[in-house]
Amino acid sequence: MTDLPRTPPRFSATFTPAVNAEIRRAAASGIYDIRGGGTKRHLPHFDDLLFLGASISRYPLEGYREKCATDVWLGTRFAKKPIHLDIPITIAGMSFGALSGPAKEALGRGATEAGTSTTTGDGGMTEEERGHSRTLVYQYLPSRYGMNPDDLRRCDAIEVVVGQGAKPGGGGMLLGQKISDRVAMMRNLPKGIDQRSACRHPDWTGPDDLEIKIMELREITDWEKPIYVKIGGARPYYDTALAVKAGADVVVLDGMQGGTAATQDVFIEHVGMPILACIPQAVKALQDLGMHRKVQLIVSGGIRSGADVAKAMALGADAVAIGTAALIALGDNDPVWEEEYQKLGTTADAYDDWHEGRDPAGITTQDPELYKRFDPVLGGRRLKNYLKVMTLEAQTIARACGKNHLHNLDPRTLCR
Amino acid sequence: MQTFDLGKEGLRALNSSLHALKGQTNMTAWEVINPKGAHAIAAGVDAPVDITVRGSTGYYCAGMNKQATIRIKGSAGPGVAENMMSGTVIIDGNASQYAGATGRGGLLVIKGNASSRCGVSMKGIDIVVHGSIGHMSAFMAQSGNLVVLGDAGDALGDSLYEARLFVRGSVKSLGADCIQKEMRPEHLALLADLLKRGEAADKARPEEFKRYGSARKLYNFNIDNASSY
Ligand SMILES: Cc1cc2nc3c(=O)[nH]c(=O)nc-3n(C[C@H](O)[C@H](O)[C@H](O)COP(=O)(O)O)c2cc1C
Repeated sequence: MTDLPRTPPRFSATFTPAVNAEIRRAAASGIYDIRGGGTKRHLPHFDDLLFLGASISRYPLEGYREKCATDVWLGTRFAKKPIHLDIPITIAGMSFGALSGPAKEALGRGATEAGTSTTTGDGGMTEEERGHSRTLVYQYLPSRYGMNPDDLRRCDAIEVVVGQGAKPGGGGMLLGQKISDRVAMMRNLPKGIDQRSACRHPDWTGPDDLEIKIMELREITDWEKPIYVKIGGARPYYDTALAVKAGADVVVLDGMQGGTAATQDVFIEHVGMPILACIPQAVKALQDLGMHRKVQLIVSGGIRSGADVAKAMALGADAVAIGTAALIALGDNDPVWEEEYQKLGTTADAYDDWHEGRDPAGITTQDPELYKRFDPVLGGRRLKNYLKVMTLEAQTIARACGKNHLHNLDPRTLCR
Repeated sequence: MQTFDLGKEGLRALNSSLHALKGQTNMTAWEVINPKGAHAIAAGVDAPVDITVRGSTGYYCAGMNKQATIRIKGSAGPGVAENMMSGTVIIDGNASQYAGATGRGGLLVIKGNASSRCGVSMKGIDIVVHGSIGHMSAFMAQSGNLVVLGDAGDALGDSLYEARLFVRGSVKSLGADCIQKEMRPEHLALLADLLKRGEAADKARPEEFKRYGSARKLYNFNIDNASSY
């Protein structure tokens, strides 16, 4: 034996331990990996943008004394009753089924206290949510679970969902563990089945049909409600233009980082465009049509802080939507439940098996024992606090850039 | 009888007059003339009234109907009676794609033929088609009954849930997880009632139909069914 140094063990950059673990899992189970949450890989994001702040040529506003307004109007193009929100941070559509009833109630409470809207999701409208939300957006999805004209008339806006950033081109998924009696009844499905929602709408295809569909929804609701069209980040220039052509009041654009309740991991990680790349294209489409600010743009996908909000708005969005961050504010993935995450073979801040319905925090579950743990009043208060903080942060940045309204942030305030 | 000239007064005026009829009303008989294929005629009605459309309609006639009886004296465009909640829609002619899509209740009668995707995603509606239906009909149908006196096209009942399908003629092919099932006495009784309500009792007898439904093999993920997902 010589004392020659040995080559230390070296892991492949291609076949990493995580890749190999997935190959073994696939070989053992024969089914793709399903999980919740958004993209976990590194992507170009708002972190790659910075603000310039004031200088000799621009003067700032006094941090605490000079007003920096935050309100936003949505649906001013055709709707008789457009929506007015105090802050431009809305709660994204998350289904009852994916989330518990109390979690939906907390989203309504928090959003209402902070002066913003919340959104239903696949699975229909619940009383918890309608009752506790001052402004409620009702999603019109391919599955049409729970869809009915009475709920259409008691919502404040209608969101036609064409796609989601986590899975542009895919439908919803809710596995048997979460199809409780109540969920089964609302969706008109047998209890306990693995439910896969359709990915295309059952009664329209393409932009010309969509225009007629939107007209029908307006007729049913007597042209009162703003109509949003939600698209996943795929071809944002064309999709935004086509949504405008089809008669949308508001375009909701969800980038690939956007969360989902349950989807194939391969879909979440490999399909779609990061929101950062989507926004300029959508804004360009609106500008080219002379519709920027006339048709409002709401963007989502990985929005975490007031800085992200300000950056999205500086790029030309009118408002943002949050999903994952709202759940974390409620208490999702909180280290207080670490012992239980360990039992599930995971750890706080990495738990993503939301589809299994065993959420220790009681948020992404239909198990009464688990959701009882979650206090909707406290959850609502936490969400309100978080929304207020994000708003204050965005205002801080806007004032530093000399802007007296968040909407006055523009691309020239960014370091590019 | 209230006669409404759609050509003159326009769609918005028609639908807002119909929406104003909430609950009980003594204006129970309506006639719409000059429909000329307009879209969303009588969409979102919620009153026990009887509306006759004299001519053919465009997309989504009677969409989300509740309570009303709507008669189309012509043919209907795509998505007729989509998401109907209750009431009755009777079409003298043919129906285009997605007739009765996602319907949750009530009765849709098509006296001619229906195109593809008839009863797609149906959730409780009853549909009686006197003629034949096109491909992919009853795709992902969840509940309710689809009765076809003629033939069915390709992939009938693909990814079916609990809806019941009755076809008298031939079925070109069955979709994933859809199988022929035994006709039991309760099905014959159900069918007799549907034929009667669907104004087809004199055209066909329950014994002439075959029943199709879900094999329920795709209800839960199973590696052995991977080719069907
Ligand atoms: C638990 C959960 C459930 C969701 N359910 C729906 C849904 O039913 N319909 C929908 O359009 N989007 C749904 N989404 C996507 C959100 O509406 C939104 O696009 C996304 O969460 C935004 O990205 P973010 O999570 O990074 O904030 C869901 C997201 C989550 C996290």
